Amino acid sequence: MNFEYAGGILLGSLHAMVPITLTASGEVVGESAGLFNIGLEGIILISAMTGALGAEAGGPMAGLLVGLGTGFVIGLIFAAVCTYFKGVQLIAGVGINLFAAGLVAFWLIHLGVPGHHALAAEHQLANIATPFGDLSPMIFVAIALPVLIYLLLFRTKLGLKIRAVGENPQAADVAGIRIHLLRLLATAAGASLAGLAGAYLSIDWLGSVTKEISAGRGFIALATVVFSGLNPLLVLLGGFIFGFFDNLAVWVATMPAVQKIIPWQFIAMAPYAVTLLVVAGVIGRAKFPAAMGIPYQRE
Amino acid sequence: MRYPAGIDELTKTLIAGGIGFAVGAVIIRLYGYDPLAAYRALFNGAFGDLYSISESLANATPLILTALTFAIGFRGGMFNIGAEGQLYVGALAAVAVSYFHLPGAIGLALSMMIAVLAGALWSLPAALLKASRGVHEVISTIMLNWISQFLCFYLITEILVDPQRAEKTVSIIESNRLPLLVPGTSLSYGIFIAVFTAIIVYLVLWRTVIGFDVRATGYNPLAAAYAGIEEWKIIVFVFITGGLTAGLAGAVHVMGRPPVYAIYGGMPSIKGLGFEGLAVAMIGRNHPIGIIFAAVFFGGLLAGGRMMQMLASVPLELVRVVEGMVVLFLAIPELVKLFSWLRKLAPSLNFRAKRP
Repeated sequence: MNFEYAGGILLGSLHAMVPITLTASGEVVGESAGLFNIGLEGIILISAMTGALGAEAGGPMAGLLVGLGTGFVIGLIFAAVCTYFKGVQLIAGVGINLFAAGLVAFWLIHLGVPGHHALAAEHQLANIATPFGDLSPMIFVAIALPVLIYLLLFRTKLGLKIRAVGENPQAADVAGIRIHLLRLLATAAGASLAGLAGAYLSIDWLGSVTKEISAGRGFIALATVVFSGLNPLLVLLGGFIFGFFDNLAVWVATMPAVQKIIPWQFIAMAPYAVTLLVVAGVIGRAKFPAAMGIPYQRE
Repeated sequence: MRYPAGIDELTKTLIAGGIGFAVGAVIIRLYGYDPLAAYRALFNGAFGDLYSISESLANATPLILTALTFAIGFRGGMFNIGAEGQLYVGALAAVAVSYFHLPGAIGLALSMMIAVLAGALWSLPAALLKASRGVHEVISTIMLNWISQFLCFYLITEILVDPQRAEKTVSIIESNRLPLLVPGTSLSYGIFIAVFTAIIVYLVLWRTVIGFDVRATGYNPLAAAYAGIEEWKIIVFVFITGGLTAGLAGAVHVMGRPPVYAIYGGMPSIKGLGFEGLAVAMIGRNHPIGIIFAAVFFGGLLAGGRMMQMLASVPLELVRVVEGMVVLFLAIPELVKLFSWLRKLAPSLNFRAKRP
């Protein structure tokens, strides 16, 4: 295997890492505040659609912002249901996923091209040319954000407050922190990164919208959060591992020799199987906020 | 004013349903269609005549069974969303039995048994990972769903493929199919299997010791553990029982649904039945009897959705948008109270000013 080849694999893995790292580092913020959002899958899906619409209306940067905003709004709805209205988080998340699957499929059929909508080249985010292939600027965003989130959570007063409402909301309440408001904002901010990830899928990496564009990445991101034990820096590592295996299927598709030995379906399973194994392997040491998943009720 | 608990649950479902349809109407309008015409077509297509009712019941059949998977888990305090993947392997296992050309009743019974076992087997990793390593079932079951999908893609194109038609598996042989209940429609005797299974699940959960243990664990795991209920046993029981019904859903669908009695590549006929079952379980408030009604309602929406697509040209997928909204609002425990606030508002608007 030559140097160029390895560079190509690294680049592919980094591109596949972006959506998972973005979504997972956002979810670290939300889970630190105490909300477990399984609606991330749906948020990625809807934002891939709205992001594409935004890009077609006002260019790729506008598309990314629309994706970010979509994630924020859906995160806000989810969090409002789960804080002020004391909703069951898992059920609300399932609702968002179903809604998203329906809406995106509805939209694609409405366009008259069931299942697939490709973006024109001028609506896609411009990539940086390297000797190994194109490099998306979003890779740098995905590497920088976990670091920034780490600093936010562990080096600022706001971060301490966020972790306090997840760990011990009663104490935080007594200390004068507005529990519901902080949880709401932390979750919505986290969900906005899932929205960015969705927009990245359609505007940048894949260049089209399909009704299965999220392909379980929201759930892989949830697993990455488990792997990280709510440390944003480990989200980077976890995201890269899953990115590598996600990219593997694409890479193997170019090699008929390997495909003869292992059918593509088994390689396509790899990211999911690896996720399962990694989560099973590390689960012992993961520590989650004591009040995660429980709606806060003042006594 | 206090209502019996059941009425409250029903009111809640109706309110959430109302919100869901309202949101659906807004989306229909936004895309430039006519909401009223769309909903009229939807309900006529769902329950308008014998044919529509039969189609609705046919759609309900697998949904009852996949909803049971989720409901059993939910009663035990677990969020088992693995019905989707378990249904795939169940359906393909039933197809595989047709290779042996077994005579009528034996082949039919064996197809179902193998499918049910395959579903249970596929649920086992999630149960063991939860019991031994504490892996959250939401993550493990979703990953297993995807693994199941790709495994089944492989089985469909490489192993169970129809030698004459490469795009599908071999068909279930004629003598092993579930007979049709209403000729000319899609409704088979499978509906009785589904309803019967729901009743069995009800009896197991509410009339047996293990069922009590499951519900106790779901209600208060600490108290249940203190009472001597071993959690790992409950986890394994809940997942295996759920896998049985999901596997049965796959079998009943492929063995009872005309015209092909086979699975196509990409699995369009069975994809999504597991996730739809989730919504059905929640709308049926995770009670086996509630689930039967919710599944018929939901099967009706799917059947009517086709009519809506034809007559009002509103895409069928709108049904899922409505469903998602309904589930989102059902997550709110005190939804009814939120709306009683509106009721209190009414007198201040002088609606009843003249009452003595």
